[in-house]
Amino acid sequence: MSLSVLNTYASVAASDVKVWFKAAPISKFPKNGGACIKYKDKQIAVFNFTREGTWYACQNLCPHKMEMVLSRGMIGEENMEAKVACPLHKNTFSLKTGENLNGTLDPIATYPVKIESDFVYVGFSE
Amino acid sequence: MKTIIVVGNGMVGYKFCEKFAAREESKHFKLIVFGEEPRAAYDRVHLSEFFENRDAKALEMAPLEWYADNDIELVVNERVTDIHRSKKTITTASEKEFKYDYLVLATGSAPFVPPIQGVEKKGVFVYRTIEDLEAMLAYAEEIKKVKPNGKAAILGGGLLGLEAGKAVMDMGLEPHVVEFAPKLMPRQLDSRSSNVLQLTLESIGIAIHTGKATNSIMGNGAITGMDFGEDDKLDVDMLVISAGIRPRDELGKTCNLEMGVRGGIVVNDKMQTSDPTIFAIGEVALYNQMIYGLVAPGYEMAEVAVNQILEQNEVVMKPEIDMSTKLKLIGVDVASFGIPYMPAEKGLSIIYENKTKGIYKRINVSHDGKTLLGGIMVGDAEDYSILHQMYLNNMPLPDNAEELIVGSRGEGGSAFGSAMDLPDTAVICSCEAVTKGQVCCSVLEDGNETMKDVAKATKATTGCGGCKPMVADLIKESLKTLGKTVKERLCEHFDYSRQELFDLAKLKGITDYDTLLDEVGTGHGCEVCKPAVAAIFASLYNETANRQETIQDSNDRYLANIQRNGTYSVVPRVAGGEITPKQLMAIGRIAQKYDLYTKITGGQRIDMFGAKLHELPPIWEELIAEGFETGQAYGKSLRTVKSCVGSTWCRYGMDESVSFAIEIEHRYKGIRSPHKFKGGVSGCIRECAEARGKDFGFIAVEGGWNVYVGGNGGATPKHALLLAEKVDKETAIKYVDRFIMFYIKTAQPLQRTAPWLEKLEGGITYLQNVVINDSLGIVDELDAEMQALVDSYVCEWKEAVETPEIRERYTHFVNSEETDNNIEFVSLREQKMPKEWA
Repeated sequence: MSLSVLNTYASVAASDVKVWFKAAPISKFPKNGGACIKYKDKQIAVFNFTREGTWYACQNLCPHKMEMVLSRGMIGEENMEAKVACPLHKNTFSLKTGENLNGTLDPIATYPVKIESDFVYVGFSE
Repeated sequence: MKTIIVVGNGMVGYKFCEKFAAREESKHFKLIVFGEEPRAAYDRVHLSEFFENRDAKALEMAPLEWYADNDIELVVNERVTDIHRSKKTITTASEKEFKYDYLVLATGSAPFVPPIQGVEKKGVFVYRTIEDLEAMLAYAEEIKKVKPNGKAAILGGGLLGLEAGKAVMDMGLEPHVVEFAPKLMPRQLDSRSSNVLQLTLESIGIAIHTGKATNSIMGNGAITGMDFGEDDKLDVDMLVISAGIRPRDELGKTCNLEMGVRGGIVVNDKMQTSDPTIFAIGEVALYNQMIYGLVAPGYEMAEVAVNQILEQNEVVMKPEIDMSTKLKLIGVDVASFGIPYMPAEKGLSIIYENKTKGIYKRINVSHDGKTLLGGIMVGDAEDYSILHQMYLNNMPLPDNAEELIVGSRGEGGSAFGSAMDLPDTAVICSCEAVTKGQVCCSVLEDGNETMKDVAKATKATTGCGGCKPMVADLIKESLKTLGKTVKERLCEHFDYSRQELFDLAKLKGITDYDTLLDEVGTGHGCEVCKPAVAAIFASLYNETANRQETIQDSNDRYLANIQRNGTYSVVPRVAGGEITPKQLMAIGRIAQKYDLYTKITGGQRIDMFGAKLHELPPIWEELIAEGFETGQAYGKSLRTVKSCVGSTWCRYGMDESVSFAIEIEHRYKGIRSPHKFKGGVSGCIRECAEARGKDFGFIAVEGGWNVYVGGNGGATPKHALLLAEKVDKETAIKYVDRFIMFYIKTAQPLQRTAPWLEKLEGGITYLQNVVINDSLGIVDELDAEMQALVDSYVCEWKEAVETPEIRERYTHFVNSEETDNNIEFVSLREQKMPKEWA
């Protein structure tokens, strides 16, 4: 794994979405948990935050040790800011801003999600 | 804008830049740094590591971009040749001129080469820079081509010399350290500690020759040996000189700054030279008639110079510089502090020496026995920090001062007392240099009440984390002085301790996380409370990790241990370590089929590494078909019960330890608890199963079993304590049943039995009263709860492979059949391992 892979991930704002990628039916995503989808060369972690009634998406790659694992992490909230904890070393990242909440790691890229007719769509700029 | 020029980009010169850049006022200055070496500052203290990795980058203090990011102009490969004080300029070797307002000389030192005849011969090196190392390396390669058993000598048995010894050993040459004094590290060690260190070093292959004066270096052109006179010779192919340092003070001389008689640029306590706009720091500076050849005083000097230039004039150098050191020398702890050794009229010594373990400890105490004057530690310097603090702060010694080095004789007691007894200046977190005063102040004055807040405010615990227990104690005690009791609180979502939550869930009969959060918590949960609650449900209802999978810890969610590259390891249960040849072949076949790395674990079973997520169900399906079940190596639950071979085979065995271990492992398998727990059963007091290093242990003795509880290995090893003596097997099991159940119900999350028992008021006696004498009247309840857990065991992997919805979780992508193409392996001793992290 190298930095070049990390650099392929950049946050996409809802206003910049050019492609709404139809990822998978909502039944594929566990309640209050995540699963990983593939879009082109990218691995994207998608979280079904049932308790909040929201969906989140971010890069699957944890910037700490460059492993594709974030979708397997626990989600939760800190001062009502939704977050995911990496399953490897419990580094936590905001699912809204991508910021590392318990340290000084680089932020992760986040992506918009929408649900239409029970399908999960993730927004990309290309 | 004023200009500061720093001459010298070594460790101290770099530290000046770092400290300067961190200051808000630094933006009003321009900072230019000159280094004569071709690269930016690197960690010279760990120079010998260059031989292990040949990676100059790894030694860098900061990458080149750091200088640019902080607006520091770094000029490498450029020597400053002159200072023109009247014009306030410097010129460089390439005849460029630069103007300064402040000049900081951090030129460091050069190795001292003694005037020995023949020192100019080929194959003689000094040990200071990466270039020196590269030259040595190239020469060593030449030697090895013509001579398989080449030897290299190091002249000087000080700190750096011994490091150099390790370096030449790593180059494949036979190292010989030659020291003029009768002992090693003459400044830091006494003769006895030197002997202990010498034994340890010789055992790893470094020959030591003390009390040798080198008359001449032999050889025709290139070195072939050293002559010590009187026919005493040592044949060597290479020589590394590490005989001390001389300050690089030429610049001071040429511009007529005040110099020391034996070199060094004289500075005052502001680090100013005789010219107030020129500062000198590090090994070039002569402060109190001394050159300080250690990094720590150099860093302090950098701090003082930064403050003086920024007109914080009250920050000056202390009159006395502490030369205490602690280091790991070729894997051996060596430390000395204060006055390491002294004649008897100055003080008395307490000495502990154990050559079988390579340990030597000495403390020097004043005649009235009240003050610690200094000391030495070789082989075990665990207590250095606290002893050093006691010395620095003139703390009173305990009545039995020997306990400071040989440990307290009372069970579990500590000679050091509570963390609150430390002075405010005591450094608690050595990684981030955070003192006790800062931690307490962060609680008392800034209102931080949790470990997390204190860590954020002070950075304590954010390095290695070793100081966490001490910081936790300080927070707790500080809050007490504010009249606040520390409420054990699981996290921001549950205002209850684990024990309270356990009782609440049981009382209300709540069986799922969301309901518990809605009824007694707030918000939407986090990675702290989710697994803690999952463990509570598991203990109450023996629910497997499959039902509420998203509240489980990383490993429990997929019933496997996540490893370095995001793959998993697979461990089937091998109760008591007993396995049939047929089962061994089955594991071999399956591991081979899925290309898994296999290793025997410390718990007497077999671990298979490198399984990808989607491979886990088919692997387990095959294992289960062969009669295996989950080993729960991933869970906070019973791991293994280790056993020796016992009386069935062993001629010393008093009882059947294997049968007992198998029985007890099957009894407790699948039980989830606040942390993992392990057991051991030994057939006699020789204790081959190391049962006293486990959370529970049974040892066969004449007339029954001794029962031990509360031991563990790991970061803080602890021997288990005797719970009951010479009891029959049924009684032994009953007591341990109750012990485990009591622990499960009352411990904090992720607290193992040893710290739990340590914090239990009344300790082992109280525990004996609860589980043997039923002082709380709860043993019937504990017995029933344990029996319910034992009776409701299911193999959760069997459940997983037989349930299609659960199996479906084991896919990397939910929208593609592909697998993770980022996982890469490299080969290792005919097996495989994850590719190194980038």
